[in-house]
Amino acid sequence: MRKIILSFLIFAGSLAFGFAQENHSESEQNEASHEQHASPEHHDEGHGCACHEHHEEKFDPAATAFHHTGDANVFQIFGTLFMPLPCILYAPDQGLSFFMSSKFGKLDAHGTGTKAVGRYVLVDGSVMRVPEVKFPIEEVEIECVNHNKALVGTDSVDVYEVVYHGECYDLEKKSTLDGGILGGGLTSFYDFSLTKNVLTMILTFIVLFWLFRQAVKGYAARKGQAPKGVQSVLEPIFTFIRDEVAIPFLGNKYEKYLPFLMSIFFFILGLNLIGQIPVIGGNVTGNLAVTMVLALITFFITNFSGNKHYWEHTLWMPGVPALLKVLILTPVEIMGLFIKPLTLMLRLFANITGGHIVMVIFVGLIFIFGESGKNLGGGIVGTLMAVPLTMFMMALELLVALVQAFVFCILSASYISAAIEEPHHH
Amino acid sequence: MTGLAAIGAGLAVIGAGLGIGTIGGKAMESIARQPEAVGDIRSNMILMAALIEGAALIAILLGILIK
Repeated sequence: MRKIILSFLIFAGSLAFGFAQENHSESEQNEASHEQHASPEHHDEGHGCACHEHHEEKFDPAATAFHHTGDANVFQIFGTLFMPLPCILYAPDQGLSFFMSSKFGKLDAHGTGTKAVGRYVLVDGSVMRVPEVKFPIEEVEIECVNHNKALVGTDSVDVYEVVYHGECYDLEKKSTLDGGILGGGLTSFYDFSLTKNVLTMILTFIVLFWLFRQAVKGYAARKGQAPKGVQSVLEPIFTFIRDEVAIPFLGNKYEKYLPFLMSIFFFILGLNLIGQIPVIGGNVTGNLAVTMVLALITFFITNFSGNKHYWEHTLWMPGVPALLKVLILTPVEIMGLFIKPLTLMLRLFANITGGHIVMVIFVGLIFIFGESGKNLGGGIVGTLMAVPLTMFMMALELLVALVQAFVFCILSASYISAAIEEPHHH
Repeated sequence: MTGLAAIGAGLAVIGAGLGIGTIGGKAMESIARQPEAVGDIRSNMILMAALIEGAALIAILLGILIK
Protein backbone atom coordinates (compact mmCIF):
# COMPACT_ATOMS: atom_id res chain seq x y z
CA MET A 1 0.00 0.00 0.00
CA ARG A 2 2.81 2.41 0.87
CA LYS A 3 4.45 1.65 -2.45
CA ILE A 4 1.25 2.53 -4.31
CA ILE A 5 0.92 5.83 -2.47
CA LEU A 6 4.59 6.60 -3.12
CA SER A 7 4.33 5.92 -6.85
CA PHE A 8 1.15 7.99 -6.98
CA LEU A 9 2.96 10.90 -5.35
CA ILE A 10 5.93 10.61 -7.72
CA PHE A 11 3.58 10.55 -10.68
CA ALA A 12 1.64 13.57 -9.38
CA GLY A 13 4.87 15.41 -8.72
CA SER A 14 6.19 14.82 -12.20
CA LEU A 15 2.88 15.95 -13.72
CA ALA A 16 2.91 19.11 -11.64
CA PHE A 17 6.51 19.71 -12.67
CA GLY A 18 5.53 19.31 -16.32
CA PHE A 19 2.73 21.79 -15.70
CA ALA A 20 5.19 24.29 -14.33
CA GLN A 21 7.47 23.74 -17.31
CA GLU A 22 4.72 24.34 -19.83
CA ASN A 23 3.72 27.42 -17.93
CA HIS A 24 7.24 28.73 -17.91
CA SER A 25 7.84 28.17 -21.61
CA GLU A 26 4.55 29.81 -22.47
CA SER A 27 5.36 32.92 -20.50
CA GLU A 28 8.76 32.95 -22.21
CA GLN A 29 7.03 32.83 -25.54
CA ASN A 30 4.77 35.70 -24.62
CA GLU A 31 7.79 37.75 -23.64
CA ALA A 32 9.47 36.92 -26.92
CA SER A 33 6.48 37.95 -28.96
CA HIS A 34 6.18 41.15 -26.99
CA GLU A 35 9.78 41.96 -27.68
CA GLN A 36 9.29 41.39 -31.35
CA HIS A 37 6.25 43.57 -31.32
CA ALA A 38 8.10 46.37 -29.56
CA SER A 39 11.09 46.50 -31.88
CA PRO A 40 10.34 48.79 -34.83
CA GLU A 41 13.10 47.54 -37.12
CA HIS A 42 10.98 44.85 -38.78
CA HIS A 43 8.97 47.27 -40.87
CA ASP A 44 9.58 46.43 -44.46
CA GLU A 45 7.82 47.99 -47.38
CA GLY A 46 6.39 44.55 -48.30
CA HIS A 47 2.81 43.44 -48.02
CA GLY A 48 2.61 44.29 -44.36
CA CYS A 49 2.91 40.72 -43.26
CA ALA A 50 3.70 40.36 -39.59
CA CYS A 51 3.87 37.80 -36.88
CA HIS A 52 0.61 37.10 -35.10
CA GLU A 53 0.42 37.66 -31.41
CA HIS A 54 0.21 34.35 -29.61
CA HIS A 55 -3.35 33.88 -28.45
CA GLU A 56 -2.81 30.85 -26.30
CA GLU A 57 -5.27 31.56 -23.53
CA LYS A 58 -7.54 28.84 -24.89
CA PHE A 59 -6.18 25.33 -24.55
CA ASP A 60 -7.11 23.18 -27.53
CA PRO A 61 -7.17 19.53 -26.35
CA ALA A 62 -7.72 18.03 -29.83
CA ALA A 63 -4.81 19.89 -31.43
CA THR A 64 -2.53 19.05 -28.50
CA ALA A 65 -3.50 15.39 -28.70
CA PHE A 66 -2.80 15.18 -32.41
CA HIS A 67 0.48 17.02 -31.99
CA HIS A 68 1.66 14.62 -29.28
CA THR A 69 0.55 11.42 -31.01
CA GLY A 70 2.07 12.40 -34.34
CA ASP A 71 5.50 11.71 -35.72
CA ALA A 72 8.23 14.34 -35.41
CA ASN A 73 11.65 15.17 -36.80
CA VAL A 74 12.96 15.93 -33.31
CA PHE A 75 12.81 13.99 -30.08
CA GLN A 76 11.30 16.13 -27.35
CA ILE A 77 12.75 15.07 -24.02
CA PHE A 78 11.50 17.74 -21.66
CA GLY A 79 10.13 21.24 -22.19
CA THR A 80 12.48 22.92 -24.63
CA LEU A 81 15.12 20.20 -24.41
CA PHE A 82 15.23 18.40 -27.74
CA MET A 83 17.33 15.64 -29.18
CA PRO A 84 18.08 16.43 -32.83
CA LEU A 85 17.50 13.72 -35.41
CA PRO A 86 18.91 13.44 -38.92
CA CYS A 87 16.75 14.88 -41.70
CA ILE A 88 16.94 13.25 -45.11
CA LEU A 89 14.82 15.29 -47.49
CA TYR A 90 14.41 15.06 -51.21
CA ALA A 91 12.79 17.60 -53.48
CA PRO A 92 12.91 17.03 -57.26
CA ASP A 93 13.99 20.63 -58.01
CA GLN A 94 16.75 20.91 -55.41
CA GLY A 95 17.92 17.37 -54.86
CA LEU A 96 18.78 15.56 -51.68
CA SER A 97 19.41 17.43 -48.43
CA PHE A 98 20.95 15.79 -45.42
CA PHE A 99 21.43 17.59 -42.12
CA MET A 100 20.65 17.32 -38.42
CA SER A 101 17.46 18.98 -37.22
CA SER A 102 19.55 21.04 -34.78
CA LYS A 103 20.28 23.24 -37.80
CA PHE A 104 16.76 24.65 -37.49
CA GLY A 105 18.00 26.80 -34.61
CA LYS A 106 16.64 26.99 -31.09
CA LEU A 107 13.26 25.32 -30.84
CA ASP A 108 10.36 26.50 -28.72
CA ALA A 109 8.27 24.16 -26.54
CA HIS A 110 6.14 23.15 -29.53
CA GLY A 111 9.14 22.28 -31.70
CA THR A 112 9.07 25.24 -34.07
CA GLY A 113 12.50 26.31 -35.29
CA THR A 114 13.93 29.78 -35.78
CA LYS A 115 15.87 29.07 -38.96
CA ALA A 116 15.05 27.92 -42.48
CA VAL A 117 17.49 25.51 -44.14
CA GLY A 118 17.21 25.02 -47.89
CA ARG A 119 13.58 26.24 -47.90
CA TYR A 120 12.75 23.73 -45.17
CA VAL A 121 11.26 24.94 -41.90
CA LEU A 122 10.55 22.97 -38.74
CA VAL A 123 6.97 23.59 -37.61
CA ASP A 124 5.58 21.82 -34.51
CA GLY A 125 8.30 19.22 -34.79
CA SER A 126 7.69 18.37 -38.45
CA VAL A 127 9.60 19.50 -41.50
CA MET A 128 7.62 21.64 -43.95
CA ARG A 129 8.75 23.27 -47.14
CA VAL A 130 8.29 26.67 -48.74
CA PRO A 131 7.49 25.86 -52.37
CA GLU A 132 8.17 29.40 -53.64
CA VAL A 133 11.51 29.83 -55.46
CA LYS A 134 11.74 33.44 -54.22
CA PHE A 135 12.57 32.16 -50.75
CA PRO A 136 16.36 31.91 -50.20
CA ILE A 137 17.75 28.41 -50.39
CA GLU A 138 20.59 28.95 -47.90
CA GLU A 139 20.31 28.92 -44.12
CA VAL A 140 18.41 32.04 -42.99
CA GLU A 141 16.85 33.32 -39.80
CA ILE A 142 13.06 33.48 -40.05
CA GLU A 143 10.93 35.83 -38.01
CA CYS A 144 8.25 33.40 -37.01
CA VAL A 145 5.73 30.88 -38.26
CA ASN A 146 2.09 31.90 -38.32
CA HIS A 147 -0.63 29.36 -37.76
CA ASN A 148 -3.92 30.22 -39.44
CA LYS A 149 -7.22 28.46 -39.86
CA ALA A 150 -8.50 28.42 -43.42
CA LEU A 151 -11.97 27.40 -44.45
CA VAL A 152 -12.08 24.77 -47.18
CA GLY A 153 -15.73 24.04 -47.93
CA THR A 154 -17.30 23.71 -44.49
CA ASP A 155 -14.16 22.39 -42.92
CA SER A 156 -11.46 24.40 -41.18
CA VAL A 157 -7.93 23.41 -42.12
CA ASP A 158 -4.65 24.36 -40.46
CA VAL A 159 -2.50 26.53 -42.70
CA TYR A 160 1.02 27.62 -41.83
CA GLU A 161 2.99 30.53 -43.24
CA VAL A 162 6.52 31.59 -42.53
CA VAL A 163 7.39 35.28 -42.11
CA TYR A 164 10.74 36.31 -43.56
CA HIS A 165 11.77 39.96 -44.01
CA GLY A 166 8.23 41.18 -43.61
CA GLU A 167 6.79 38.87 -46.23
CA CYS A 168 4.67 35.80 -45.82
CA TYR A 169 5.44 32.55 -47.60
CA ASP A 170 2.90 29.74 -47.53
CA LEU A 171 4.13 26.42 -46.24
CA GLU A 172 3.22 23.06 -47.66
CA LYS A 173 1.76 20.27 -45.58
CA LYS A 174 4.11 17.85 -43.86
CA SER A 175 5.09 14.89 -45.95
CA THR A 176 3.29 12.03 -44.20
CA LEU A 177 1.26 9.37 -45.90
CA ASP A 178 -1.87 9.48 -43.75
CA GLY A 179 -4.59 10.24 -46.28
CA GLY A 180 -4.88 13.78 -44.93
CA ILE A 181 -6.49 12.62 -41.67
CA LEU A 182 -3.71 13.96 -39.47
CA GLY A 183 -2.75 16.96 -41.59
CA GLY A 184 -0.23 15.29 -43.88
CA GLY A 185 -0.37 14.52 -47.55
CA LEU A 186 1.53 14.32 -50.79
CA THR A 187 3.86 17.27 -51.17
CA SER A 188 6.53 18.54 -53.53
CA PHE A 189 9.21 17.06 -51.27
CA TYR A 190 9.73 13.64 -49.77
CA ASP A 191 10.68 13.16 -46.15
CA PHE A 192 12.89 10.08 -45.66
CA SER A 193 14.16 11.34 -42.31
CA LEU A 194 15.07 9.20 -39.36
CA THR A 195 12.11 10.47 -37.37
CA LYS A 196 11.00 9.74 -33.83
CA ASN A 197 9.00 6.75 -35.03
CA VAL A 198 11.88 5.28 -37.01
CA LEU A 199 14.19 5.67 -34.01
CA THR A 200 11.62 3.91 -31.78
CA MET A 201 11.32 1.12 -34.33
CA ILE A 202 15.10 0.64 -34.39
CA LEU A 203 15.11 0.64 -30.58
CA THR A 204 12.35 -2.00 -30.52
CA PHE A 205 14.26 -4.06 -33.04
CA ILE A 206 17.41 -3.95 -30.90
CA VAL A 207 15.50 -4.84 -27.71
CA LEU A 208 13.70 -7.76 -29.38
CA PHE A 209 16.89 -8.99 -30.98
CA TRP A 210 18.71 -8.88 -27.64
CA LEU A 211 15.86 -10.67 -25.83
CA PHE A 212 15.64 -13.48 -28.37
CA ARG A 213 19.43 -13.78 -28.49
CA GLN A 214 19.40 -14.28 -24.71
CA ALA A 215 16.68 -16.92 -25.01
CA VAL A 216 18.54 -18.77 -27.78
CA LYS A 217 21.74 -18.71 -25.72
CA GLY A 218 19.76 -20.04 -22.76
CA TYR A 219 18.48 -22.99 -24.81
CA ALA A 220 22.00 -23.76 -25.99
CA ALA A 221 23.49 -23.52 -22.50
CA ARG A 222 20.75 -25.42 -20.64
CA LYS A 223 19.78 -28.12 -23.07
CA GLY A 224 16.91 -30.24 -21.77
CA GLN A 225 16.67 -28.27 -18.54
CA ALA A 226 13.98 -25.94 -17.24
CA PRO A 227 14.01 -22.45 -18.81
CA LYS A 228 15.50 -19.56 -16.88
CA GLY A 229 15.48 -15.75 -17.09
CA VAL A 230 14.37 -14.29 -20.45
CA GLN A 231 13.54 -17.79 -21.66
CA SER A 232 10.77 -18.19 -19.11
CA VAL A 233 9.17 -14.92 -20.28
CA LEU A 234 9.33 -15.63 -23.99
CA GLU A 235 8.63 -19.35 -24.04
CA PRO A 236 5.03 -19.22 -22.74
CA ILE A 237 4.16 -16.40 -25.16
CA PHE A 238 5.79 -18.26 -28.04
CA THR A 239 4.04 -21.55 -27.28
CA PHE A 240 0.75 -19.72 -26.72
CA ILE A 241 0.87 -18.18 -30.22
CA ARG A 242 1.93 -21.50 -31.71
CA ASP A 243 -0.70 -23.61 -29.94
CA GLU A 244 -3.61 -21.15 -29.89
CA VAL A 245 -3.12 -19.35 -33.19
CA ALA A 246 -0.86 -21.13 -35.65
CA ILE A 247 -1.83 -24.80 -35.21
CA PRO A 248 -5.65 -24.41 -34.92
CA PHE A 249 -5.83 -22.17 -37.98
CA LEU A 250 -3.11 -23.46 -40.26
CA GLY A 251 -3.11 -27.16 -39.37
CA ASN A 252 -0.14 -29.16 -40.52
CA LYS A 253 1.22 -26.33 -42.70
CA TYR A 254 1.77 -24.06 -39.71
CA GLU A 255 5.56 -24.26 -39.73
CA LYS A 256 5.79 -22.35 -43.00
CA TYR A 257 3.86 -19.36 -41.59
CA LEU A 258 5.04 -19.50 -37.98
CA PRO A 259 8.03 -17.13 -38.48
CA PHE A 260 5.76 -14.50 -40.02
CA LEU A 261 3.14 -14.77 -37.27
CA MET A 262 5.77 -14.63 -34.52
CA SER A 263 7.59 -11.67 -36.08
CA ILE A 264 4.40 -9.68 -36.54
CA PHE A 265 3.17 -10.50 -33.03
CA PHE A 266 6.38 -9.64 -31.21
CA PHE A 267 7.05 -6.58 -33.36
CA ILE A 268 3.60 -5.11 -32.73
CA LEU A 269 3.71 -6.05 -29.04
CA GLY A 270 7.16 -4.48 -28.63
CA LEU A 271 6.14 -1.29 -30.42
CA ASN A 272 2.90 -1.03 -28.43
CA LEU A 273 4.69 -1.48 -25.12
CA ILE A 274 7.58 0.87 -25.94
CA GLY A 275 4.97 3.41 -27.07
CA GLN A 276 3.61 3.36 -23.50
CA ILE A 277 6.86 4.53 -21.96
CA PRO A 278 6.94 8.30 -21.52
CA VAL A 279 9.89 10.23 -23.04
CA ILE A 280 11.50 7.42 -25.04
CA GLY A 281 8.51 6.03 -26.89
CA GLY A 282 7.18 7.21 -30.22
CA ASN A 283 3.62 6.32 -31.13
CA VAL A 284 4.66 3.93 -33.91
CA THR A 285 1.73 1.51 -34.17
CA GLY A 286 -0.55 4.55 -33.96
CA ASN A 287 0.85 5.71 -37.29
CA LEU A 288 -1.28 4.91 -40.31
CA ALA A 289 1.68 4.37 -42.63
CA VAL A 290 3.26 1.77 -40.32
CA THR A 291 0.05 -0.20 -39.85
CA MET A 292 -0.59 0.01 -43.59
CA VAL A 293 2.73 -1.67 -44.34
CA LEU A 294 2.06 -4.37 -41.73
CA ALA A 295 -1.39 -5.01 -43.23
CA LEU A 296 0.06 -5.06 -46.76
CA ILE A 297 2.52 -7.77 -45.74
CA THR A 298 -0.41 -9.90 -44.55
CA PHE A 299 -2.31 -9.07 -47.75
CA PHE A 300 0.56 -10.21 -50.00
CA ILE A 301 1.29 -13.35 -47.99
CA THR A 302 -2.41 -14.29 -48.03
CA ASN A 303 -2.89 -13.78 -51.73
CA PHE A 304 0.42 -15.25 -52.88
CA SER A 305 -0.19 -18.40 -50.87
CA GLY A 306 -3.81 -18.69 -52.06
CA ASN A 307 -4.49 -21.96 -53.83
CA LYS A 308 -6.84 -22.77 -56.73
CA HIS A 309 -9.70 -23.51 -54.35
CA TYR A 310 -9.38 -20.05 -52.74
CA TRP A 311 -9.40 -18.16 -56.02
CA GLU A 312 -12.24 -20.27 -57.37
CA HIS A 313 -14.35 -19.43 -54.34
CA THR A 314 -13.38 -15.76 -54.53
CA LEU A 315 -13.88 -15.10 -58.24
CA TRP A 316 -16.20 -17.77 -59.69
CA MET A 317 -17.80 -19.85 -56.98
CA PRO A 318 -19.40 -23.07 -58.17
CA GLY A 319 -23.08 -23.83 -57.78
CA VAL A 320 -24.32 -20.25 -57.95
CA PRO A 321 -26.32 -18.76 -60.87
CA ALA A 322 -24.04 -16.79 -63.22
CA LEU A 323 -26.08 -13.58 -63.00
CA LEU A 324 -25.85 -13.57 -59.20
CA LYS A 325 -22.11 -14.13 -59.41
CA VAL A 326 -21.51 -11.29 -61.87
CA LEU A 327 -23.82 -8.80 -60.19
CA ILE A 328 -23.27 -9.40 -56.48
CA LEU A 329 -21.00 -12.12 -55.23
CA THR A 330 -17.80 -11.59 -57.22
CA PRO A 331 -17.69 -7.80 -56.70
CA VAL A 332 -18.35 -8.26 -53.00
CA GLU A 333 -15.64 -10.90 -52.73
CA ILE A 334 -13.15 -8.70 -54.58
CA MET A 335 -13.98 -5.80 -52.28
CA GLY A 336 -13.52 -8.18 -49.37
CA LEU A 337 -9.97 -8.91 -50.50
CA PHE A 338 -9.07 -5.28 -49.88
CA ILE A 339 -11.34 -4.62 -46.91
CA LYS A 340 -9.58 -7.30 -44.86
CA PRO A 341 -6.17 -5.55 -44.81
CA LEU A 342 -7.93 -2.19 -44.54
CA THR A 343 -9.61 -3.20 -41.29
CA LEU A 344 -6.35 -4.71 -40.00
CA MET A 345 -4.66 -1.39 -40.65
CA LEU A 346 -7.41 0.72 -39.12
CA ARG A 347 -7.98 -1.47 -36.08
CA LEU A 348 -4.41 -1.27 -34.84
CA PHE A 349 -4.10 2.42 -35.70
CA ALA A 350 -7.41 3.41 -34.11
CA ASN A 351 -6.92 1.43 -30.91
CA ILE A 352 -3.43 2.67 -30.19
CA THR A 353 -3.99 6.28 -31.28
CA GLY A 354 -7.31 6.36 -29.44
CA GLY A 355 -5.66 5.26 -26.20
CA HIS A 356 -2.87 7.80 -26.55
CA ILE A 357 -5.29 10.62 -27.35
CA VAL A 358 -7.40 9.82 -24.30
CA MET A 359 -4.25 9.87 -22.17
CA VAL A 360 -3.14 13.25 -23.54
CA ILE A 361 -6.62 14.66 -22.95
CA PHE A 362 -6.63 13.39 -19.35
CA VAL A 363 -3.31 15.14 -18.78
CA GLY A 364 -4.84 18.13 -20.58
CA LEU A 365 -7.45 18.32 -17.81
CA ILE A 366 -4.75 20.04 -15.76
CA PHE A 367 -4.50 22.81 -18.33
CA ILE A 368 -8.26 23.05 -18.84
CA PHE A 369 -8.94 23.41 -15.11
CA GLY A 370 -5.82 25.48 -14.53
CA GLU A 371 -6.71 27.79 -17.46
CA SER A 372 -3.20 27.29 -18.92
CA GLY A 373 -1.41 28.31 -15.75
CA LYS A 374 -3.51 31.24 -14.60
CA ASN A 375 -5.52 29.38 -11.98
CA LEU A 376 -3.35 27.45 -9.54
CA GLY A 377 -6.26 26.00 -7.54
CA GLY A 378 -7.89 24.73 -10.71
CA GLY A 379 -4.58 23.27 -11.76
CA ILE A 380 -4.34 21.32 -8.50
CA VAL A 381 -7.91 20.02 -8.90
CA GLY A 382 -7.11 19.08 -12.48
CA THR A 383 -3.94 17.27 -11.38
CA LEU A 384 -5.85 15.34 -8.73
CA MET A 385 -8.32 14.25 -11.40
CA ALA A 386 -5.76 13.63 -14.11
CA VAL A 387 -3.39 11.41 -12.14
CA PRO A 388 -5.77 8.53 -11.29
CA LEU A 389 -7.45 8.72 -14.68
CA THR A 390 -4.12 8.61 -16.52
CA MET A 391 -2.91 5.73 -14.35
CA PHE A 392 -6.11 3.81 -15.07
CA MET A 393 -5.80 4.51 -18.78
CA MET A 394 -2.16 3.40 -18.85
CA ALA A 395 -3.08 0.13 -17.15
CA LEU A 396 -5.86 -0.38 -19.69
CA GLU A 397 -3.45 0.43 -22.51
CA LEU A 398 -1.09 -2.32 -21.38
CA LEU A 399 -3.97 -4.77 -21.88
CA VAL A 400 -4.87 -3.19 -25.22
CA ALA A 401 -1.24 -3.48 -26.35
CA LEU A 402 -1.32 -7.23 -25.81
CA VAL A 403 -4.83 -7.76 -27.19
CA GLN A 404 -4.18 -5.77 -30.37
CA ALA A 405 -0.94 -7.62 -31.11
CA PHE A 406 -2.81 -10.90 -30.57
CA VAL A 407 -5.75 -9.80 -32.73
CA PHE A 408 -3.49 -8.74 -35.59
CA CYS A 409 -1.73 -12.09 -35.38
CA ILE A 410 -4.89 -14.22 -35.12
CA LEU A 411 -6.63 -12.37 -37.97
CA SER A 412 -3.58 -12.74 -40.20
CA ALA A 413 -3.60 -16.45 -39.39
CA SER A 414 -7.31 -16.75 -40.17
CA TYR A 415 -6.92 -14.95 -43.53
CA ILE A 416 -4.00 -17.18 -44.46
CA SER A 417 -5.91 -20.27 -43.38
CA ALA A 418 -8.80 -19.28 -45.64
CA ALA A 419 -6.35 -18.97 -48.54
CA ILE A 420 -4.58 -22.31 -48.06
CA GLU A 421 -7.61 -24.39 -47.10
CA GLU A 422 -7.91 -27.66 -49.02
CA PRO A 423 -11.26 -28.37 -50.69
CA HIS A 424 -13.66 -30.78 -49.03
CA HIS A 425 -15.02 -33.24 -51.57
CA HIS A 426 -18.59 -34.20 -50.90
CA MET B 1 -23.18 17.82 -42.77
CA THR B 2 -20.21 17.13 -40.45
CA GLY B 3 -22.65 16.69 -37.59
CA LEU B 4 -24.58 14.07 -39.54
CA ALA B 5 -21.40 12.08 -40.22
CA ALA B 6 -20.58 12.19 -36.52
CA ILE B 7 -24.08 10.92 -35.67
CA GLY B 8 -23.59 8.10 -38.18
CA ALA B 9 -20.27 7.15 -36.61
CA GLY B 10 -21.93 7.17 -33.21
CA LEU B 11 -24.73 4.89 -34.44
CA ALA B 12 -22.14 2.48 -35.82
CA VAL B 13 -20.44 2.42 -32.44
CA ILE B 14 -23.77 1.63 -30.74
CA GLY B 15 -24.24 -1.31 -33.10
CA ALA B 16 -20.72 -2.58 -32.56
CA GLY B 17 -21.08 -2.15 -28.82
CA LEU B 18 -24.25 -4.26 -28.77
CA GLY B 19 -22.57 -6.91 -30.91
CA ILE B 20 -19.39 -7.10 -28.85
CA GLY B 21 -21.43 -7.07 -25.66
CA THR B 22 -23.47 -10.03 -26.87
CA ILE B 23 -20.31 -11.91 -27.83
CA GLY B 24 -18.71 -11.23 -24.47
CA GLY B 25 -21.83 -12.24 -22.56
CA LYS B 26 -22.32 -15.44 -24.51
CA ALA B 27 -18.65 -16.30 -24.15
CA MET B 28 -18.83 -15.86 -20.38
CA GLU B 29 -21.93 -18.05 -20.34
CA SER B 30 -20.27 -20.79 -22.34
CA ILE B 31 -17.13 -20.63 -20.19
CA ALA B 32 -19.35 -21.08 -17.13
CA ARG B 33 -21.04 -24.08 -18.75
CA GLN B 34 -17.84 -25.62 -20.00
CA PRO B 35 -14.80 -24.30 -18.14
CA GLU B 36 -12.46 -26.80 -19.82
CA ALA B 37 -13.04 -25.14 -23.22
CA VAL B 38 -11.93 -21.73 -21.98
CA GLY B 39 -8.95 -21.45 -24.35
CA ASP B 40 -10.94 -22.11 -27.53
CA ILE B 41 -13.80 -19.89 -26.43
CA ARG B 42 -11.51 -17.01 -25.53
CA SER B 43 -9.63 -16.93 -28.82
CA ASN B 44 -12.83 -17.25 -30.84
CA MET B 45 -14.41 -14.49 -28.77
CA ILE B 46 -11.52 -12.15 -29.51
CA LEU B 47 -11.63 -13.05 -33.20
CA MET B 48 -15.36 -12.36 -33.48
CA ALA B 49 -15.08 -9.11 -31.51
CA ALA B 50 -12.26 -8.01 -33.82
CA LEU B 51 -14.37 -8.72 -36.91
CA ILE B 52 -17.27 -6.64 -35.57
CA GLU B 53 -14.88 -3.91 -34.59
CA GLY B 54 -13.68 -3.82 -38.19
CA ALA B 55 -17.17 -2.89 -39.43
CA ALA B 56 -17.42 -0.16 -36.82
CA LEU B 57 -13.99 1.18 -37.75
CA ILE B 58 -14.96 1.45 -41.41
CA ALA B 59 -18.03 3.43 -40.35
CA ILE B 60 -15.91 5.73 -38.18
CA LEU B 61 -13.42 6.24 -41.01
CA LEU B 62 -16.25 7.16 -43.37
CA GLY B 63 -17.49 9.53 -40.68
CA ILE B 64 -14.09 11.24 -40.67
CA LEU B 65 -13.68 11.30 -44.45
CA ILE B 66 -17.17 12.37 -45.54
CA LYS B 67 -17.51 16.05 -44.92
